[in-house]
Amino acid sequence: MKAVITVTGKDTVGIIADVSALCAKHGANIQEITQSVLSEYFAMIMLVDIDGLDTPFAAFAEELAAMGGKRGLDARAMHEDIFNTMHHV
Amino acid sequence: MLNVDDILETIGMIREENLDIRTITMGISLFDCVSDDGDRLCGKIYDKITRRAERLVAVGEEISRDYGVPIVNKRVSVTPVSLVGGALPPEGYLKIAKTLQKAADATGVNFIGGFSALVHKGMTVGDRNLIAAIPEALAGTELVCSSVNVATTKAGINMDAVRLMGETIKKTAYLTREQNSIGCAKLVVFANVPEDNPFMAGAFHGVGEADGAINVGVSGPGVVAAAIRRAGDCDLSALADVIKKTAFKITRVGQLVAGEAAARLGVPFGIVDLSLAPTPAVGDSVAEILEEMGLTSCGAHGTTAALAMLNDAVKKGGVMASSHVGGLSGAFIPVSEDAGMIAAVERGALSMEKLEAMTAVCSVGLDMIAVPGDTPEAVICGIIADEIAIGVVNCKTTAVRLIPAWGKKQGDTVDFGGLLGSAPVMGLSSYSPARFIGRGGRIPAPIHSLKN
Repeated sequence: MKAVITVTGKDTVGIIADVSALCAKHGANIQEITQSVLSEYFAMIMLVDIDGLDTPFAAFAEELAAMGGKRGLDARAMHEDIFNTMHHV
Repeated sequence: MLNVDDILETIGMIREENLDIRTITMGISLFDCVSDDGDRLCGKIYDKITRRAERLVAVGEEISRDYGVPIVNKRVSVTPVSLVGGALPPEGYLKIAKTLQKAADATGVNFIGGFSALVHKGMTVGDRNLIAAIPEALAGTELVCSSVNVATTKAGINMDAVRLMGETIKKTAYLTREQNSIGCAKLVVFANVPEDNPFMAGAFHGVGEADGAINVGVSGPGVVAAAIRRAGDCDLSALADVIKKTAFKITRVGQLVAGEAAARLGVPFGIVDLSLAPTPAVGDSVAEILEEMGLTSCGAHGTTAALAMLNDAVKKGGVMASSHVGGLSGAFIPVSEDAGMIAAVERGALSMEKLEAMTAVCSVGLDMIAVPGDTPEAVICGIIADEIAIGVVNCKTTAVRLIPAWGKKQGDTVDFGGLLGSAPVMGLSSYSPARFIGRGGRIPAPIHSLKN
C-alpha cells in the first residue's frame, strides 16, 4: 500500500529532514519525492510505501500533522487511492 | 508518479473548499423484526440496528483518516416504520420512535431516518397511527427523522394525506415551540420519494431494498463555486463543462468511500447520491455557485435557468463517476442550511415564489424554510400541494420541509444551530386555499404517467 505525504506552507530549513526522519522512525519507505518553492510558498509531495509501517496509518498521519503544525505547515498523509480515483478515469 | 497539480488540487478542495463526504448512511431492513407484541417488536428493532450499525461510526472515522477526507455524518435509515408497526395500537408507534432514539444513541450515529409512511394512494390504519404519532415522536426524541410520501406521478396526489400533514406540521411546531419548533426540521413531506436516499430528514430504507445497504451522499458546493471562479468569463457551454468535470471528481471520492465502507462493514454498496449539499459555513453554499455563475444575488431573474444548468451538469458529471447513482442527486436549495440563501432572503432578493420556481429544476424542494408561526393549516397544506404537484407533473422528487416557527413573524430569525443553521422567517400569501384543501380526495395522476 502506498500513501502520499504532502507538506505545504511557508518555507523553512529542515522540513524534508523532519518528514524523512519520521518516515524512517516508523518504517515508511520513501519512493519518490518532489518539491517546489514559489515565492516562499513551499510544497513537497512524497510517495511512501506503508506496508512496513510499525504503527497504524491513522496514528502516523496524526503524528505527521502535529509535526507540521509545530512549524505552521499543513502536513498530511493520505492513501494514494483518493488521488488515483479522483484524477484518473 | 501522481501528478503534482492533481495532488495539490485535491488537497486544496479539502482544505479550502470544504470538500467532504456528507454522509455514510446504512440502510437496515426491519421486516424480519415484525411482531404483534410491541415490546418484542421494539426489542428486535433495537437488537438489529445496534448489531448491524455497531461499527458504522468507527469505520467511517477510520476511512476518513486513511483517505484524509472528512466524513461529516454517519447515519442509519430503516424500513418505513408504518410497515412494521401495522399490528400495533396507536401508542405503539411512540414506543418505536423511542427505540430508534435509543438505538441511535447506542451506535453513536447522528440521525436515524425511517419514522415514515408511504401514503401516495391511500392510508392504512397503521399509516394513520404513525402520522398521528409524528408530533409527539419528534418532540420526544432528538435524532429520529420522519417522512411521509403523499404523491407519485403514477398514483397522483393524496390530498387527504396532504391535509393531514398540514395539521401534523402545525402540531409538531407547537410541541417543539421551546426549541424554535425544531421538530419540523426533522419532518419531510414528499412526492416521488426515492427509496435509497442517504440524506436526512427524508432517508428511509425502501421496501424494494435488500436486508442492508451502504448509501453515500457527497457534497462540495464550495469546490464547484471555486472551479467556476477560476474559469473566469467563459460562455455557458464551457461553464457546464467545468461543472461536469468538478462533479465527476467529487463523486469519484464518494464512490471510493462507499466501496470502502461497504467492504469494511460487510454490507452491500447501494448508491452514491451525487448531491451538492450546502452547509451554513461560508464557502459551502449553492447560492454562492449561482452568484459565481453571474447573478448579483440568488433570487434574481435568471436564477432558475442557472440552477437548471447547474443541476443537470452535476448529474452528467457525477453519473460517470459512480457505478450506481441514486437518492436525490442534484443541487439542494435549503434556506437555513445555506449561508448564501439566508443572505439572499435577508436582502429581499429571494422570495417564496422564486424558491418554488427553483424547486422545479433542483433536486428536491422547499427545504428548511421558516414561515410565521400563525400560518393557518390550510396555507401550509396549499404550499405542500403546490410543491407536490410540481414533482408529480414533472416526474421528479419534490419535498416540503417547512417550519412554522411558533410565536415568530415575518422578518424574525429562527436559529436551530449546527448543520440546520438559522432561517429568516419568510412572508406568505394571505389568501386562503381552505376550501380547495377541504375538498379532500385525490388529484388524479397526470396523463403522461400512462406510459405502458
